[in-house]
Amino acid sequence: MSVETIEILDSEGVQRALTRIAHEILEKNSGVDDLLLIGIRTGGAYLATQLQQKISEIEGTSVSMGIIDVTMYRDDLGSRNNLEVGQSYIRVPVTDKKVILVDDVLYTGRTIRAALEAVIALGRPQNIQLAILVDRGHRELPIRPDYIGRNIPTAQNEQIRVDFDDNNTAQAVHLLRS
Amino acid sequence: MPFNPKHILSIKTLTAEEINFILNTADSFKEINTRQIKKVPTLRGKTIVNLFFEASTRTRTSFEIAGKRLSADTVNISASSSSVVKGETLEDTAQNIEAMHPDIIVMRHSASGACDYLAERLNCSVINAGDGTHEHPSQALLDAFTIRQHKGDIKGLTVTIAGDIAHSRVVRSNIYCLNKLGAKVKIAGPRTMLPPGLEKLGCEVHHNLKDAITDADCIMMLRIQRERQGKTLIPSLREYSRFFGLNDNNLQLAKDDAIVLHPGPMNRGVEISSSVADGKQNVILDQVENGVAVRMALLYLVAGGEKLQDS
Repeated sequence: MSVETIEILDSEGVQRALTRIAHEILEKNSGVDDLLLIGIRTGGAYLATQLQQKISEIEGTSVSMGIIDVTMYRDDLGSRNNLEVGQSYIRVPVTDKKVILVDDVLYTGRTIRAALEAVIALGRPQNIQLAILVDRGHRELPIRPDYIGRNIPTAQNEQIRVDFDDNNTAQAVHLLRS
Repeated sequence: MPFNPKHILSIKTLTAEEINFILNTADSFKEINTRQIKKVPTLRGKTIVNLFFEASTRTRTSFEIAGKRLSADTVNISASSSSVVKGETLEDTAQNIEAMHPDIIVMRHSASGACDYLAERLNCSVINAGDGTHEHPSQALLDAFTIRQHKGDIKGLTVTIAGDIAHSRVVRSNIYCLNKLGAKVKIAGPRTMLPPGLEKLGCEVHHNLKDAITDADCIMMLRIQRERQGKTLIPSLREYSRFFGLNDNNLQLAKDDAIVLHPGPMNRGVEISSSVADGKQNVILDQVENGVAVRMALLYLVAGGEKLQDS
């Protein structure tokens, strides 16, 4: 079975999308006060690091960042083959923060549901917003992103792959069609 | 690496890769124990029965807390308050419990192999919390976890285990575990407490504590199990303490940064002096703390995933 690979975003395209998301986050929240970026392992964590850099380049001040692993909050414990659990690093209390959840691909919305529960278990944020590099549709839950890099309508048998280089910088977004 | 065990019965049957997978999983769960709200919903709706036919405070509490922090419902049954005293067999007790559909049974029993026996006959998962003088896998895993926490890597370390080797399930699990992870294991104890053929498990056997702890990175002292062998194996506790007790003097023979472990409960003044038990090299309470994280990892791993292996 051959897999057709279509490039959706190249390296520059990814960077432009992230820069725009960084600006939108700052605009909507009127600056970096109380902001806390939380990347969802593993792709979202890499993107959150890049967004953190971009925001500090734009504003000249740093913004807090954390990494969350949502495995413990998933709803598919009985049907998963890989039971690996990653570590979460969130050094600042989330209570009263404006939390920006960051992930690479938004699909069914179940990962985000688990992430919402994981964040709320740590405290009571002011609000939680969602930043996504690629929204591919097919939601199974009422979840809607606040910041979107690119909307890509896909079929169920297609896949979205975000490539990262050795420094965990997003290099490209591909659509895989089999 | 997919690792979805149905049961955790022994360390002997695990590979180094699988042991490391368990330890890494425990590392991720450890953080929950320091949260303000110490609960995650991972095992919501699962029922865990702690079936303890032998006295235990640490292990049973640790398993119970681990289950509760993962949102499972845990039920404790101890032999003294169960139908065992009325003459029911192990198999009947277990089948009656299974009829109530638990997901995991955590069992401690005085007979070696009791957990394997149960695992063959029941549909639910079984975790061995100590069977006779056979194995005590969760203890060995939390020991390895604690050593890793303090020493970084277990490979290349020298670990001395001293005390009543013959009656210790902890030591057997630890020899398997530490050998698989690449440590050198030295064993010390009076001749009456050393079973023959220990060398075949891949460890060095000493009859003198001082030889065994010289240049050790980790020293694990075992309890004299007074309830098991009566008093026939050693002339007196005082004599035992003099030759096989760890104290400030002989501890100096080990490396300067050596750590001291003890699976508990300690007999202060017998196998370990109070000054060592409270000294800065002791990591005994770290072991207890890590025990909860390791047991959370075990409960999670047997409960999760599609069952691939039936060992």
